[in-house]
Amino acid sequence: MKAAPFDYVVADSVEGAVEALADHAGDAALLAGGQTLVPLLALRMAMPGVLIDINRIDGLAGIARSGGATRIGATTRQNTILHDPLVARHVPALARATGFVGHHQTRNRGTIGGSLGLAEPAAEYPATALALGARIEARSPSATREIAIEDYFLGPYTTALDMDEMITAAIFPDWPEDTIHIVHEVARRPGDFALVGLVAAFAVEGGVFTRAGIGWFGMGPTPMKSARAEAALIGQPAATVDLAGIARLAIEDTDPMSDIHADAAYRRTVGARIFERIVGDAIGQRKAA
Amino acid sequence: MSSHAIETIVNGQSISAQVEARHTLADFLRGTAGCTGVHVGCEHGVCGACTVIVDGVAVRSCLMLAVQADGATVATAESLAAPDGTLHRVQQAMKDEYGLQCGFCTPGVVMTLAAITQGRSPDAEEIKDALSGHLCRCTGYQGMLKVAKRLGGEVQA
Repeated sequence: MKAAPFDYVVADSVEGAVEALADHAGDAALLAGGQTLVPLLALRMAMPGVLIDINRIDGLAGIARSGGATRIGATTRQNTILHDPLVARHVPALARATGFVGHHQTRNRGTIGGSLGLAEPAAEYPATALALGARIEARSPSATREIAIEDYFLGPYTTALDMDEMITAAIFPDWPEDTIHIVHEVARRPGDFALVGLVAAFAVEGGVFTRAGIGWFGMGPTPMKSARAEAALIGQPAATVDLAGIARLAIEDTDPMSDIHADAAYRRTVGARIFERIVGDAIGQRKAA
Repeated sequence: MSSHAIETIVNGQSISAQVEARHTLADFLRGTAGCTGVHVGCEHGVCGACTVIVDGVAVRSCLMLAVQADGATVATAESLAAPDGTLHRVQQAMKDEYGLQCGFCTPGVVMTLAAITQGRSPDAEEIKDALSGHLCRCTGYQGMLKVAKRLGGEVQA
């Protein structure tokens, strides 16, 4: 299908983009990579009156280190993230998650800000940001703020961003040097949305878990965080932890839907199984190393 | 609905045109630039038939607006063969290895392969991953994988 008519404006600065958002309150959409928005336009599932193209804003793309964190600009392309040495070193889970995002051709356009702004519950980046405790840097005409990721996802495609606010960067704080990073998804075909997806990070010191981040995608109306399982792991010895029990606890904090692709019980079963198996393998490899 | 003057280089030719905001790059390439080698399958980014090279990388032309290509350099399948008809190495490999059947998905596949083997030599796995962005309903993947193997083993100029 063809998109319904809309107006198009190019923003040449972040200030200009958020002013345009404010001017067209509620009737505008930001165009970043367009790899999800343009299909939504073509299917007429989205019919904004105005598209504000942020691709030409200088300095909005880029990856940098600052204050014990890795800051990734909103229009940084997914394929840039996939091959970036800073991301590989400091945010390996994000690099690995990127390999599951769409296809090579869509990753050449798709951006991290676009994915986080859209907040598709089955997408890789939102769950990765949630698992790793990222912060969302956002700008409105009147203020710049950072939003804690736990406060950011409100529902399917719904975030804490105000109507006149845009993401300028995602900030991933460092985890300890030898953190175990896990990204795994079960999908029918490569590049499809996951039926069940898991992103996790586990810091282990002196043989016990000292920090844990567990995020799921495709497992609820938003990316889901297993806060109780994270807390339960702290202080547990990695060698003898009851992973099956932790997996059950982790799944209790998800809320998967039944749809044509898989029912909720199946997603829960698969989620618990991959958690136990993949986390178990990763801990086993660490012990063997 | 806004309308925009754009200037873009398509297969080495500079084109100035007035485009509607909602006009996709795929429709612009077919309708205005006359590059009907850009095949439009699903029109929402799933099938990969409309893949072209924009500023050096493979993208789905149905997921870019024509107006976004203002100032960009675009290559379509029409640009690959030499003027005397000598096939591009990707086209030759597709022909030799029976990498196509009905041919609908082929221009997109060829543009992805041309993009990722330009000036470098990806391994067969990387090529296979990039091919996963294309749907071939003739089930022609085995031939394409042979192409991938052959291109992956070659050192590219």
